[in-house]
Amino acid sequence: MKNNNIKKSKLSNFKNKLDFWATNSEEGGWNVSSTDEGSQKMLENENEKQIKIQTGTEVVDDFVIEEETSDDERMIVNMGPQHPSTHGVLRLQAELEGEVVRRVKPIIGYLHTGMEKTGEELNYFQGPTNTTRMDYLSPLFNELVFSLTTEKLIGIEVPKRAETIRILMTELNRVSSHLVALATGGMDIGALSMMIFGFRERELILDFFEKTTGLRMNHNFIRPGGVAADLPDGWQKDVEEILKIIPEKLQDYDDMLLDNPIWKGRLQNVGILTTEECFAYGITGPSLRASGYTWDLRKSQPYSGIENYDFDIPVLKEGDVFARWRVKVLEIFESLKIIEQAMNNMPKGPYKVQDKKITPPPRKRLDESMEALIHHFKIYTEGFKVPEGDAYVAVESPRGELGCYIVSDGSSKPYRMHVRGPSFCNLQALPVIMTDSPIADAVAAIASLDPVIGDVDR
Amino acid sequence: MNPVIIETTPEEYKDLIDSIKNDGFEMMVDLTVVDWFRKKEPRFEVVVQFLSTSQNLRKTIKVFVKDEDLTLPSITEIYPSANFYEREAYDMFGIIFENHPDLTRILMPDDWEGHPLRKNYGSGRIPVQFKNAPKVD
Repeated sequence: MKNNNIKKSKLSNFKNKLDFWATNSEEGGWNVSSTDEGSQKMLENENEKQIKIQTGTEVVDDFVIEEETSDDERMIVNMGPQHPSTHGVLRLQAELEGEVVRRVKPIIGYLHTGMEKTGEELNYFQGPTNTTRMDYLSPLFNELVFSLTTEKLIGIEVPKRAETIRILMTELNRVSSHLVALATGGMDIGALSMMIFGFRERELILDFFEKTTGLRMNHNFIRPGGVAADLPDGWQKDVEEILKIIPEKLQDYDDMLLDNPIWKGRLQNVGILTTEECFAYGITGPSLRASGYTWDLRKSQPYSGIENYDFDIPVLKEGDVFARWRVKVLEIFESLKIIEQAMNNMPKGPYKVQDKKITPPPRKRLDESMEALIHHFKIYTEGFKVPEGDAYVAVESPRGELGCYIVSDGSSKPYRMHVRGPSFCNLQALPVIMTDSPIADAVAAIASLDPVIGDVDR
Repeated sequence: MNPVIIETTPEEYKDLIDSIKNDGFEMMVDLTVVDWFRKKEPRFEVVVQFLSTSQNLRKTIKVFVKDEDLTLPSITEIYPSANFYEREAYDMFGIIFENHPDLTRILMPDDWEGHPLRKNYGSGRIPVQFKNAPKVD
């Protein structure tokens, strides 16, 4: 009996060590003839009921297969918010049937920082600092639209040189923004060289921005009443270099991608958006132009004197991801045309409106004039007052119609500041273009809409 | 470009939107709210921007919503692009859009209390508590 006990404890040690199947032999020991039954037992701590379910002697009805459902079950997959191809912190809830996306719901708000609320606490002079951080790939457009709305409320016109500098800078910004769109779009589809190329060429423009505004992003350069500073010495040389290099590099991209069978196979006839769908979901910008509809606010509702420039609107008919990619490439060429004209026809004169209530005096004047000191103090402590009223102004940003709605109550701060971000509205098209297409095309579809989450969540 | 501004009441709002759609305004580009807390009555002013690309025109609709009822018919059936904007208006101002397909918070977390862009809602003084995170004393 004692021997038997030792034998049993030794056996249990052995079992624990190897994590082996239990045996149902009463005497202990490993009874090979009983493994058929014993193997059903799986683990010793399982209760009788579970064992019965496993052996099939008892059926539990907690999982009912519907007759209509195919072998591939529908399942809900979360994509993001930390996903490299969602361009930020966009989250998509996708219902998949095998490889096919059946339903999708974009979930946003992960980058919400309450910028519209902040905008109510900053005065008009500080306003561009806030709005420039919304769409961080095209910051100058945000500043421009805020400044244009403020100027419309005050009823002033900025000098010609300020307008031309604004056009020059925003069109350069359009090029840099589209280059990022091409780069990240290429990366999402697997053209990894495109990623490096796009960011490399963008660097040229960002260097020029740094030289002019002091910062690579979030410039706070375009302000109500003009621009913050004049162009630096020798700016023509830098712009000429940009105008020379970018078309060459775009030719390289075309050589690589335009007739590339993989690129075409991945993009053509994928994520088609018709013009009617664009209207229904309020989609503007390159996506609308890629669906065969000619609409560009620069032509139809011009701002900052852009009607004086000679350029075309590239329009493609297909409405697929390939067309959206192609429209962006063609738009870069048109923007370069505008930049060249702005460079050659840069008027001389002041770059800020000559109104002492709105424009702070230059630093030198403070030592000489008491009045200048007072104006300087008033602008930097209180800000300038804007007459009561409301205004909505829209410009053509690289992603579509970028609008700004400001309500003024007559004080130096906006009573309500709302920015109509194109990315926010364009995201509504994601369910349309992703539904009933393979999951592999989803990434291409997101990249083609080019959402910037800072603009979506604000 | 100066838009045509039309002011209306919640009762006539939906019919007016219908007629705007028939007038050839293809796009609803923006919907936002202004809170006139203790300044004007009715308190909320819903501002909707429309764009006609064929006629190159803009139109602005202003609807005044009282603080007591806070409801407005949803226009998502007529303009599907109103979906996100109405959710944003609900999230930020608490305007309830009737017959909206999915009227939930869009920018703030689901369990957030209050409507941040209202004028009686202070800014920057609320400790953020994330969902399912252990409570910190």
